Amino acid sequence: MTLRDILNKLIGRQQTSATTAKERLQLVLAHDRSDLSPELLDQMRSEILKVVAKYVEIDMEEGAVSLETEDRMTALVANLPIKRTIKSSLKA
Amino acid sequence: MSPNTRIILICSGKGGVGKTTLTANLGIALAKQGVRTAVLDADFGLRNLDLLLGLENRIIYTAQEVLEESCRLEQALVKHKQEGNLALLPAGNPRMLDWLKPEDMQRIVSMLAEQFDYVLIDCPAGVEDGFKNAASATNEAIVITTPEISAVRDADRVIGLLNTNGIKPIQLVLNRVRPKMIASQEMLSVDDVTDILALPLLGLVLEDEQVIVSTNRGEPLTLRGSRSPAARCYGNIARRLQGEEIPLIDPSKEGKGLRDKFRRLMATKIF
Ligand SMILES: Nc1ncnc2c1ncn2[C@@H]1O[C@H](COP(=O)(O)OP(=O)(O)OP(=O)(O)O)[C@@H](O)[C@H]1O
Ligand SMILES: [Mg+2]
Repeated sequence: MTLRDILNKLIGRQQTSATTAKERLQLVLAHDRSDLSPELLDQMRSEILKVVAKYVEIDMEEGAVSLETEDRMTALVANLPIKRTIKSSLKA
Repeated sequence: MSPNTRIILICSGKGGVGKTTLTANLGIALAKQGVRTAVLDADFGLRNLDLLLGLENRIIYTAQEVLEESCRLEQALVKHKQEGNLALLPAGNPRMLDWLKPEDMQRIVSMLAEQFDYVLIDCPAGVEDGFKNAASATNEAIVITTPEISAVRDADRVIGLLNTNGIKPIQLVLNRVRPKMIASQEMLSVDDVTDILALPLLGLVLEDEQVIVSTNRGEPLTLRGSRSPAARCYGNIARRLQGEEIPLIDPSKEGKGLRDKFRRLMATKIF
């Protein structure tokens, strides 16, 4: 974020188009590079959540699985807030 | 193949971002430095390199006749009048696209490599066969893009494909840079684009009306030692290719008025 972006925020104007462009590019390239469409990612997200839910109780609403990319490396990042551990199912 | 010949693919993904203009200007600039340079028009569908070099009326044979062995390479090469170190191998008939194979491209390029220090390949737009054939014959690449999201996205596709094919090094040229728009943050900056594409920057080329004027004349800007903004940029790129260390033109230093200073202040990254 730049000085201009902050100023724009204060006076309720849109962020600069270069900042928007960079954010949009980073998102679309993360998908392009991994060859994962948003639909596939969504499907994967719900399956991951299902698996994790077998072991720990997670906040289904808060759970986020997303792609992040840096230096041409793409990572699948899961951020799943745990409510509590389901001890009995650990051995299952 | 002569091991010292540098074979460089000039490609972009998106069309119309400046591949042919870069090829023509680099070809002339390298030839001026005394290195024997061949430029190969690999855009068989929509050839244009001959026009940009002002050689369109001197074509007799093309890469097609060379491949069909109905003429020798020397007969097809069009030598530049003022810059004798530069020769063009013209693209053949668009119907070549129907039968051309990667091996054909490799054959042409290795013939050129025997006689030249540099072979610059002007690649067609897209990531289909035309690109793949050309990419199969190269060992290094220059990816050219403009600071626009669609061009950067397509460049990323091409870089991915070049990486998969083991082409190295891959360097970036950022074309049509407008310092004023970058300063007012209505255009992706040089750092934004190199961050996103994660490639070493070979150089940037400023937006410059003289590019059009020189295209009209069929005389690349580097031919007559023009000092126009784009001419300086192309010259710098050629010298960097030759291993010289030339500092980048700083787009933010291009404007010197009070208003430009204010724009620069407003572009300071806070976080
Ligand atoms: N730095 C520049 N400043 C101004 N105009 C430019 C600049 N670079 C290229 N152009 C213009 O952009 C247009 C496209 O350039 P060019 O033909 O070199 O692109 P290309 O990538 O080879 O296109 P294609 O994909 O169709 O082969 C031309 O009209 C050219 O004059
Ligand atoms: Mg072209």
